[in-house]
Amino acid sequence: MSEQKIDGFELKPGFKGMASDTGSDQTMFKGVHWGKAMMWIFLLSDTFVFSCFLISYMKGRGSTIVDWPNTSEVFSLHVGGVPVPLLLIAIMTFVLITSSGTMALAVKYGYEKNRKMCGWLILATAVGGLTFVGMQVFEWSKLIHEGVRPWGNPFGAAQFGSFFFMITGFHGFHVSIGVIFLFIYTYKVFAGHYETKKRGWFTKMKGDYVEIEILGLYWHFVDLVWVFIFAFFYLW
Amino acid sequence: MSDEHDNNKSYQAQSSEVLDGSAGSINPDMDYVRPAEIPEQDLYHAHSFIEKWIFCQDAKVIGVQYFLTAVFTGIVGLILSWLMRLQLGFPELAGFMTAEHYYQFVTMHGMIMVVYFLTALFLGGFGNYLIPLMVGARDMVFPYVNMLSFWMFFVAVMVLMASFFVPGGPTGAGWTLYPPQTILEGTPGSGTGILLMLISLSLFVIGFTMGGLNYMITILQARTRGMTLMRMPLTVWGIFTATVLAMLAFPALLVSAIMMTLDKVLQTSFFMPTILKAGEVLEYGGGSPILFQHLFWFFGHPEVYIVALPAFGIVSDLISVHARKNIFGYRMMVWAIVGIGGLSFFVWAHHMYVSGMNPWFGFFFATTTLIIAVPTAMKVYNWILTLWRGNIRINTVMLWCLGFIVTFVNGGITGIFLGNVSVDVPLSDTYFVVAHFHMVMGIAPLMVIMGAVYHWFPLVAGKMLSETLGKWHFWITFLGAYSIYFPMHYLGFIGVPRRYFEMYDSPYMTSTVGMNEFISVAAFIVGAAQFILVFNIIKTLKTGKKAEQNPWKANSLEWYTSTVPPEHGNFGERLPVVHRWPYDFSVPGAKDDFIPQTTAPSEVANTEVEKT
Repeated sequence: MSEQKIDGFELKPGFKGMASDTGSDQTMFKGVHWGKAMMWIFLLSDTFVFSCFLISYMKGRGSTIVDWPNTSEVFSLHVGGVPVPLLLIAIMTFVLITSSGTMALAVKYGYEKNRKMCGWLILATAVGGLTFVGMQVFEWSKLIHEGVRPWGNPFGAAQFGSFFFMITGFHGFHVSIGVIFLFIYTYKVFAGHYETKKRGWFTKMKGDYVEIEILGLYWHFVDLVWVFIFAFFYLW
Repeated sequence: MSDEHDNNKSYQAQSSEVLDGSAGSINPDMDYVRPAEIPEQDLYHAHSFIEKWIFCQDAKVIGVQYFLTAVFTGIVGLILSWLMRLQLGFPELAGFMTAEHYYQFVTMHGMIMVVYFLTALFLGGFGNYLIPLMVGARDMVFPYVNMLSFWMFFVAVMVLMASFFVPGGPTGAGWTLYPPQTILEGTPGSGTGILLMLISLSLFVIGFTMGGLNYMITILQARTRGMTLMRMPLTVWGIFTATVLAMLAFPALLVSAIMMTLDKVLQTSFFMPTILKAGEVLEYGGGSPILFQHLFWFFGHPEVYIVALPAFGIVSDLISVHARKNIFGYRMMVWAIVGIGGLSFFVWAHHMYVSGMNPWFGFFFATTTLIIAVPTAMKVYNWILTLWRGNIRINTVMLWCLGFIVTFVNGGITGIFLGNVSVDVPLSDTYFVVAHFHMVMGIAPLMVIMGAVYHWFPLVAGKMLSETLGKWHFWITFLGAYSIYFPMHYLGFIGVPRRYFEMYDSPYMTSTVGMNEFISVAAFIVGAAQFILVFNIIKTLKTGKKAEQNPWKANSLEWYTSTVPPEHGNFGERLPVVHRWPYDFSVPGAKDDFIPQTTAPSEVANTEVEKT
């Protein structure tokens, strides 16, 4: 932020800077793009959604009368007849976190106006997201095959299936929405819409590479949420 | 604002530190406002009738669309309340109504009025119309998303209304939708009705989130030159804080709606304990109904303030303009709004004193609840001190404002009763509760809405509403509302339970027959009186006298647009530049009794304006 210049306004560091930014006219977050500020606030709201889900899960798990299933057995994958706990989920997490890395690089190359690199990296992120969703489908079908249902399962408390399918489903829905947008942005970057200032299909607004960063914020958030889901479902 | 400052300090000395933003560099030019930081907004102008009036991206049209849709649902809610009162006052005339119908009407009346009427009207209606105008923006920052927000709300309303026409009718579980009874057979509308309600609520939350992001970013990042946060009209502060609350509270509603939908459709047991029905154990088991109550009220209590805070803000502006006096303690008012907003997240379980919680919880939530009375009382004092020695104009707008203050104090005091666990327990689920929340979050905000309609109608339509009709409307509503709700407090004290279909044959209940008849008659009259406003609006639009540019001589930016009503883009070629707060009324030494926000300090150099 230190290099940034705002006409007629002195940016100060620390709390003093926060106070003087807040007390100034026009904008509160100096030099922050509208869309970026919007995404941050949306993510704050979405954090509350996931928090409500996870707190409900803790409450539900803490108060069932039947024992909770042994998660390291339920989620284990059999490799050559030997159950390996957390194998699939480790791969899924690895893929998703890696896609966060490619996303961050895409943002960097976008701002450097390196259209080709930016496009390929967004595509790589999209493919990573798609792989994650694919593996989630595999995990769901495996569990369903073993008899886990939203309303009950052979391993223990019925709430296990309810919370698992609901929360991972809601997260998977977020990932899927992100993947759709990643593909759209791949197209936009390769087609050079940000250079030609072509207006959007729906919004009729001119685009900019900052959109990549905004989508990146969302993508990193989805990853971060996954870390919490991972901890609460697979490690607890 | 001037509390700690000497009013007699000359403006020259103050201007640099205020207007410059960066203390230290003294600018000799007293009218200096630093240059624009944000480039001109790229606006998409409508090209056809459909783009201009239906799928419109102009926040003002969206505001009117929100307003009309909300009023439509409000009228449905009003008719439902008439039917309820008909049953309670004159059961012999309401033979067509069964107990199931009654529960369904109670439920739909509550949900419609709280969520689809008041919330949508204040945030969607007034928020969309006023925020860009008052902060000096050309439009909301994301016009397309704003349009989607309205249409999402519209679909939510349609889904809600559709539930009247499905087999089994709408849900009859009470607006709080407490499980397990909500989704169990035997509760009216436990089939399709409750499902449509939950879908509609989810759509509403999604639509509102889109709108709320717009309101917040427009206020935080798109103000005009010179418009600091502490120069914004309190209307904007109220709507802003309410939006923040909504963004953080609606997630809990969304989550509980999703979980209950799954309980209903997929037989999960999030909220469902083991249940015996006619001697048979149902498939459900192991869930927690109290969890739903916590989630619901984590949304539900901030929701009260989502309705109240915009009303607080709007009424402050109306009182100030129509008493020709600056709002007393502006900064205190702002911090009170923010404080009430923050506290509202820590009081939710006072709705659950009789639900079965650890008693220490009741102790904690009673304490936080009573603390909210402090900032709220500060606001009431400040409204009264604004009126004190003001040049009060007793017009329709002012009448509604005065009505609001009185009603709000009434409802607030009964809130202190109910906030205490030991007083609340015997009063729980009686008509006392009904009277309390109708006074404090029904009638009081409604009075502000009415005042706001009379105040801003000249801006929206360019014509003045009839004062005579307005005063009839006010007096009938005001006296009528008290005739309805004062007796209800008494009913509550003698123990008449709410949500009962009829007054059964026990001595204390039958003694209330006359009073119930009286309440019902008053309710019919008050409901009918609202159509005076509808008539007034239609008549004014046809034959009303044309309003001048700024009929109330107000200071805030919405009255200083290039045309009346404002066109797309609001302010013509150049955005206004703001030099002061919007409350410079009756300034000693000034030529007029108001100084618009756009007036430069050098134009009023010899007056004792406040430092803002």
